Amino acid sequence: MHEAQLRSLTPSVLGVLVRRGADFAAAEDAVQDALVEAVRVWPADPPRDPKGWLVTVAWRRFLDATRSDAARRRREDVVEEEPGQGPVPAVDDTLQLYFLCAHPSLTPASAVALTLRAVGGLTTRQIAQAYLVPEATMAQRISRAKRTVSGVRLDQPGDVATVLRVLYLVFNEGYSGDVDLAAEAIRLTRQLAASVDHPEVAGLLALMLLHHSRRATRTTPEGGLVPLAEQDRDRWDTRAIAEGVEILRAALARDRLGEFQAQAAIAALHADAPTTEETDWPQVVEWYDELARLTDSPVVRLNRAVAVGEADGPRAGLAALAAVDDSLPRHTAVAAHLHERDGDLATAARLYAEAAHKAPNLAERDHLTRQAARLNAR
Amino acid sequence: MAKYLLLKHYRGAPAPVNDAPMSEWTPDEISAHVRYMNDFAARLEKTGEFVDSQALAPEGTFVRFDGEGRPPVTDGPFAETKDLIAGWMVIDVDSYERAVELAGELSAAPGAGGEPIHEWLELRPFYGTPSTITE
Repeated sequence: MHEAQLRSLTPSVLGVLVRRGADFAAAEDAVQDALVEAVRVWPADPPRDPKGWLVTVAWRRFLDATRSDAARRRREDVVEEEPGQGPVPAVDDTLQLYFLCAHPSLTPASAVALTLRAVGGLTTRQIAQAYLVPEATMAQRISRAKRTVSGVRLDQPGDVATVLRVLYLVFNEGYSGDVDLAAEAIRLTRQLAASVDHPEVAGLLALMLLHHSRRATRTTPEGGLVPLAEQDRDRWDTRAIAEGVEILRAALARDRLGEFQAQAAIAALHADAPTTEETDWPQVVEWYDELARLTDSPVVRLNRAVAVGEADGPRAGLAALAAVDDSLPRHTAVAAHLHERDGDLATAARLYAEAAHKAPNLAERDHLTRQAARLNAR
Repeated sequence: MAKYLLLKHYRGAPAPVNDAPMSEWTPDEISAHVRYMNDFAARLEKTGEFVDSQALAPEGTFVRFDGEGRPPVTDGPFAETKDLIAGWMVIDVDSYERAVELAGELSAAPGAGGEPIHEWLELRPFYGTPSTITE
């Protein structure tokens, strides 16, 4: 069994333990132990009923930990036992766990860490590596998060929107490491979409698939940024695009528009275009208008100015940009781009250099510095 | 989350309020200072905000390439006038405000007379990683 398949059993196994009366924090530790054990023994001795096996082992770990004064878990004599019957509860435990791990009382970073562990089945070490902090720090972050939600009953209904924000964060700001967090975010969103019928869950899944389809073309082998206009579209993953578009279409047909569906619609228009010039920019602008109505985010208005620049020309883009808060991190970079399109290369070069100074990350800084250098070298 | 560097200077930062050099403190005052720093780091580990902490020896040298086949040029140890880094702490926090709050606490480490040093710490954000979704 593939590790991701194994980990996909995490929430339902955890749900069974909690339903049997185990407290969430201890049950979660026990499930982690059972997953580690499964990775060790399954390759040589695969169980007939993987979920039942995990429930049995996790439950025994939980009892051991509860009984043992020193709280030291026994690590022997578990493997040869016959797996018990894993009861399948009627209520969807998986969905409840998503709600719990994204509970509004948690900070975003804590919700991300807890979701990756308790729902995703990743180890603390994997999560720590992904976010570039020591394992001990991540362990504390997770145990604090568990304490924070310890009083929350697992059968309380939650808010899908908070869960979606957490999954969006995992996808969008996933760092590097052993684990592919973008792929993990897609797996978790897919799993969520299987447990709840909600057009915004579908919208987020479509958005992720459409962006993931361009992944191979977004950076140079050296790690430099490749802007959308310069990406090799022949290398976009057409299967991911087709799946994303199909999911989006079904979601939009339900006529309950939300911000993730609108973002996915923009991504779909880009995915559909053979070149930047052939992109349906007027429709992209319309979707940004929808998005602005839904979120009123200044970042949306900034991106809209870029689209207006393509649809109606750089002067119109600059006019739209004038109405956007100029303290936004990428405001200067957008201004530089629009001035270049307008033929004012001296201003564009100056603004690219200024934008590089304000860039929020190294890859963007290098990209913008190169843009300034390109114009200065004319 | 965002990572920040708290940079502590031997020299080069504005003078602290409690400016007695460490060699003039009592041994107990030094112990209290070290304990404060260790407790601070341990507390950040518990809150899940600690990344790294290191101290540097003061003997620094500038080194530069001097052309193919020639040994590198060195300049040092640093002259008294040069900026000198004493050490750092790296934190991973939810906001800039939280980073400032923690830097303020670290600057309150006790010095001579057991009084807070009020030393100036340099706070520098790390570059993050590019986000996946930009348009």
